[in-house]
Amino acid sequence: MLDAIGVSSLDNLYSHLPAEVRLNRPLALGPGKSEYEIVDYFRSLGEKNAAGYASFLGAGVYRHYRPVLVDVVVSRGEFLTSYTPYQAEIAQGALATIFEFQTMICQLTGMDVANASMYDGSTAVPEAAMMAMRITGRSRILVSRAVHPEYRAVLKTTARNQQMPVDEFNYESASGMSDLADLDAKLNDQTAAVIVQNPNFFGCLEPVKAVAELAHKHGAMLVVAFTEAVSLGLVAPPADADIVCGELQSFAISPCYGGPFAGIIATKEKFIRQLPGRLVGQTKDSHGNRAFCLTLSTREQHIRREKATSNICTNQALIALMATVFMTVYGKLGLRDLAQQNLAKAHYLGNRVNRRFRASYFNECVASTGARTPAAVNEELLKRKIVGGLDLGRFYPELSDCLLLCATEMARRTDMDIVAEVVGQ
Amino acid sequence: MIKKVRTHVSQEEALLFEISSPGKKAYQLPELDVPPVDAASVLGDENVRADIAGFPEVSEVEAIRHFTRLSTHNFAIDYGLYPLGSCTMKYNPRINELVARTEGLAWAHPYQPELLSQGCFEVMAALESALLEITGMDALTLQPCAGAHGEWTGIMLVRALLESRGNARKKILVPDSAHGTNPATAAMCGYSVENIKSNDLGMIDLSVLERAVNEDVAALMVTNPNTIGVFEENIVKACEVLHAKGAMVYMDGANMNALVGITRPGDFGIDVMHLNLHKTFSTPHGGGGPGAGPVAVKQQLEPFLPAPRLKRVGDHWTFDHDRPLTIGKVRAYYGNFGVLVRALAYILAHGGPGLRNATLDAILNANYIRKHLEPHYDLPYKSPSMHECVFSDDRQAAKGVRTGDIAKRLIDYGFHPYTVSFPLIVHGALMIEPTETEPKRELDLFIDALISIACEVDCDPEMVKKAPHLTRTSRVDEVAAARKPVVRWTPAAG
Repeated sequence: MLDAIGVSSLDNLYSHLPAEVRLNRPLALGPGKSEYEIVDYFRSLGEKNAAGYASFLGAGVYRHYRPVLVDVVVSRGEFLTSYTPYQAEIAQGALATIFEFQTMICQLTGMDVANASMYDGSTAVPEAAMMAMRITGRSRILVSRAVHPEYRAVLKTTARNQQMPVDEFNYESASGMSDLADLDAKLNDQTAAVIVQNPNFFGCLEPVKAVAELAHKHGAMLVVAFTEAVSLGLVAPPADADIVCGELQSFAISPCYGGPFAGIIATKEKFIRQLPGRLVGQTKDSHGNRAFCLTLSTREQHIRREKATSNICTNQALIALMATVFMTVYGKLGLRDLAQQNLAKAHYLGNRVNRRFRASYFNECVASTGARTPAAVNEELLKRKIVGGLDLGRFYPELSDCLLLCATEMARRTDMDIVAEVVGQ
Repeated sequence: MIKKVRTHVSQEEALLFEISSPGKKAYQLPELDVPPVDAASVLGDENVRADIAGFPEVSEVEAIRHFTRLSTHNFAIDYGLYPLGSCTMKYNPRINELVARTEGLAWAHPYQPELLSQGCFEVMAALESALLEITGMDALTLQPCAGAHGEWTGIMLVRALLESRGNARKKILVPDSAHGTNPATAAMCGYSVENIKSNDLGMIDLSVLERAVNEDVAALMVTNPNTIGVFEENIVKACEVLHAKGAMVYMDGANMNALVGITRPGDFGIDVMHLNLHKTFSTPHGGGGPGAGPVAVKQQLEPFLPAPRLKRVGDHWTFDHDRPLTIGKVRAYYGNFGVLVRALAYILAHGGPGLRNATLDAILNANYIRKHLEPHYDLPYKSPSMHECVFSDDRQAAKGVRTGDIAKRLIDYGFHPYTVSFPLIVHGALMIEPTETEPKRELDLFIDALISIACEVDCDPEMVKKAPHLTRTSRVDEVAAARKPVVRWTPAAG
C-alpha cells in the first residue's frame, strides 16, 4: 500500500507536519494488553465497588430488573455498530425502532410528539426551559426546589449565558409537595416556564393540575420532569403539561455510576418545530412502501448552524433502544404490574419508618432518622451489607436528619425489615 | 461490477402496535413478598392512570423476531466499510462491551459511598491520565455526554475565564469549513459567530485571521485536521495570533484519530478541546449515541472545570465539590461512565505503540483511497491528506449526477455512503474516512465500486440518479416527510 501511494515508510505519512509539533517520543501508555488481562483488570475494579450489597438508593437512579432480551437486542451489531440513520434506505431498522420509541413516549406521557432522545434527564430540563423561552418570548424560569438538585444545577449552568434568570420556589415542609402559594407569589408576566418533577425528588406526587392552572393563568408554560419512568405505568400522565422531559434510566438501563442514560423531551403538536434534537418521521419510498427518515432537520445544527434550536448532535440512540425493548417486553400489562409491585414494596417500607412528608408517594419516601444522624444509620446498614438511603443534608440543609429511601421490585422484604429496624420508627 | 453483495430474502416486519393483541405478554414478575396495596387508595383516584392506550402487547418470541428482523434492515460496521468522513466509524471491539457490563461497575449507583466506589474512581482517573498524555493538555473533565456537549462546556470555560478577567468579549471565530455544532455552540454560550474564509489550500488563511482577531474575539474554534482532512500547518502561528490579543483557541477533536501518537494539541498551542470517545476511542455509535465528549484544558482554565473533580486523599479517591470558580455541572452525576469504561479498555488494548500504529494505518488507508480515486473524481484541494480525503462531484455533475446520487448508488455495491455535501467549502463534497480497521481487500472493493460508479455516470446517469436499486427500501421521500410530519404511530396513520 505504501508503494501504491509512493511513500517510503509509515513515518513519512506525516512528514509534512511542521517539525516543532511532531511528537518525537512514544506515548507513555505502556504496551498493549491482552483480552484476558483487560477482563481481569475491570473485574478487579468491579470488586473494589459495592458488590453484593442490597441497596435502597434511588434519587434519580433506580435499581430495576433488566430483561434478558434487552442486551440480546442491543448487542446485535446492526444496532450497536451503525451510525445516526441519515441514509434512510439502509437504516430502516434504526429508524423504525426510533419511530416506535417516539410513539411509546407519547403514549406514556400523554404528549403528541417526542424526539429521538436527549443525553439524559438533567440536560433535557434546560432544553425544555429554552424551548419555553422561544415559544413564549419570555425569559424567567421558576423551578421547584423539589426537582432533582442536580437537574437544577445543570439548569443553572445552562442559564448562565442565555439571559434566562432561574428562580426557585419552595416545597411545603409538611406535605413534601411544591408550595403553590410560593409559586403564585413568584409567577409574573415574565415567567416563561414553571418546572416541577412528578413524582418529585422526595418521591411525592405533585398536584400537577393545580400547578398547570397557576402557570397558565400567568401565560407561562408548564414543564413536568420525571426521574422514575416506571411510575408512568400507574401514575396519571402529566397531560396538563406543555412540555414533558425526563429520564428513562429505569427502563432497563444499568445505574452504571450515572450514565449513559437516555433523556426524553415531548410536547404538544403545535410546538413541534421548537423541539431540539433528532426526530424520525413516516414517509414513503419511491415504490410507495412505508418508510421512515430523519425529519424537520431545519431545526438542527447541521443545517441551521448558529440559529439551531440546540447544538445537540449525537444523542443516546442505543440507550433509547434499550428502553424501547424494555417497554415492549413489559408492555401494556407489565408496566402496570411492575409499577404496582414498586408501590407495594415502597409502602411496606414506608409504613415501617418515620415518614417526614404527608403526600402520596410512589417508590421513594423520606424517613427521619430521629436522634441518630443519617450517616450513622447508613454506617450501621453497611455493616449488614445494605447501602442505605441518600443523606438529604447533602442537598437540603433543612433535611439533614432525613434519608431518602427507595424500594423497587428488587427490594427484598427481609432487607426492608432490617432497614426499618435500623432507621427506626 | 458489483462484487461485494447479492440480494437475499429479507423479512417484512410491521410496527409493534400493529402486531399487538390484547393480553399478550413477554414478562413474568416474581411473586410479591409484601402485601399488595390498592393504588387508588394510597395515591388518590385522580393520580392513577387508565391503561396506557396503544402500548405494545406481544409475546417474547414476537418481541425478539421484531427487533431481529428490523435489525437486518440496517447497515453496520459489522457488515463492512462505513466511510463517513469526520465520523470515524472504526471497528468496535466486543471486549469493551463485555467489560462495561462488569457487575460491580454496571450496577454502581452514583450516590453509593465513595469508599465503595473506588473501582469507578480508578476507571475515571486512569482514563483522565491517558487522555492527558494523548492530548498534551493539563486537566480534563469527563462529564460531557457527546462532542457538541463538550464544545458547549469548552466555550463556557473560555467565557468564564474571560469574565474573571473582566470582559467576556463578544464573538467566536469559526472557519467556513467547520462542523455545524461549532456555530450552534457559540450561540448557546451567548456569543455571535464570525465565519473565517479558508484559503486556496482549504486551510486557515493567516492574513484573514489576523484581520479578524481583535479585543472582541473570545476564541477561535478550529478543527485539526480540518474537515477536508488536512493538517492546519499554520496552527502554531494561528494560536499565537489569538493569544497575542488575549483570545483562546478551541479545538474540535472530531478528527483526533489522525493525530494520536504523532502530535499533541497541547504542544501546538490549543487552550481547550474536546475528544469524541465514540470516534477516536471506538466506543460504538449505537445508531446515534451514546457518546462521550471529555474536555481537556490548559492550566489557566482548570479552576473553571465542571464540579466535582477527582481528588486523591491518602490511599483513596474522593470527589472535590469545593470548586468556587467552577462553571457548575453540565450533567447530573459524573458523565457517561459506561462509555468511559469502553474507551479505557480500548486504550489499554492498544497501549502507546498500538494507538500510534492505528493513526498511521488510518492515514495510510485514506491516502490509498485518494490515490486510486483521484483519476476518476475531482480533488479540489491537493494538500496532503491525513485520515480522510474529500472529493467533489464536479465531473459527475456535468452529467446531472450529484454526490447524493453517487452515495445512494454506493449502497447497491454493499457500502455505506461517505459523508455527503460536507464540508460546505467543497461544492458537492464526497468526504471519505476509511479508518485504520479496514483491511486492504475491503478498501480495494470500495475503490472498485466508486470507479465503476464513475463509469456508470458516463454511460447511464439516469440509472445512478434513481439508486439504490437493490435495497429493500428504495429512495425515501424526505421532502414529503418534512412537509406533513408524522412522528408517531396512530391507527389512522399506520
